[in-house]
Amino acid sequence: MKGSLIILAFFAVGLAGGIFNVFPEWLLNEDLSTYALFVLMFLVGISIGSDKNAFYVLRKLNFKVVLVPMTVVLGSLSGTAIISALLSNINVLEAMAVGAGFGYYSLSSIFISQMYSQELGVIALLSNIFREIITLLAVPILVKYFGKLAGIATGGATAMDTTLPVIVKFTGKDYGIIAIFSGIVLTILVPVIVTLIIELM
Amino acid sequence: MTSYIVIALFAMGIVIGRLFREKDTTRKNVDTAVTWSVYLLLFLLGITVGTNKEIINNFSRIGYQAFWLTFGAVCGSVLLAWLVYRLFFKPNKDEQ
Repeated sequence: MKGSLIILAFFAVGLAGGIFNVFPEWLLNEDLSTYALFVLMFLVGISIGSDKNAFYVLRKLNFKVVLVPMTVVLGSLSGTAIISALLSNINVLEAMAVGAGFGYYSLSSIFISQMYSQELGVIALLSNIFREIITLLAVPILVKYFGKLAGIATGGATAMDTTLPVIVKFTGKDYGIIAIFSGIVLTILVPVIVTLIIELM
Repeated sequence: MTSYIVIALFAMGIVIGRLFREKDTTRKNVDTAVTWSVYLLLFLLGITVGTNKEIINNFSRIGYQAFWLTFGAVCGSVLLAWLVYRLFFKPNKDEQ
């Protein structure tokens, strides 16, 4: 929650400065963000690869746990696809690209704005921040009515870090490891699935 | 093209990262660097969006779409998770 506020603050400062045109020309160069994205993705890779948990968790799980991240992928993509029918100005694939952020707003918004359009990038940023906030607020209710996987499902990629404490609190420690596993798999899948969907457009 | 380079760098990072599993200081530094590159990129995204009149003039529509897409993604995942939980995870009462 604190993390997303800081990120929103950086976005807002850039936004305000952009609107009032206070930045020098070189900062507006598109190549700058492309290179920054290269650096970021390489670092995110190292961060996942060097995570001791990631591989330890794998050894402790049985096969059906793989169903959990698959459920989140299918659920998010089909849910956004259905909603897109009710929204004008956004087609099925665009909606699914936003849904494929699975709550990982920083990466998905950067990806979409770099490779497709800035407008959809902003939609992805807001939508995936909303997803994290809804998870933090609604896990207790969702778990009560929709079973113990509900919190892990709304949390998506954030189930491994920012929303993990709430999920564990309301679902139990035994589901903590499933939450971390699902979060890691989804974090890896975000750039891959977003890219695949953009390639289809 | 950019997308393939990004995916390739990402995969390389995961492989190289495995070498740093026991190096806690390196891992901490990498995480700090990740955080700051995210800040930088969102700041740059803010600038490009701020200088884009079309997005600024349509901000309320964009927020509205974002909200409904979140609604769709959350409902879709939760309902499917409910089904998967009942089918595969819920403890069977007969066995208890």
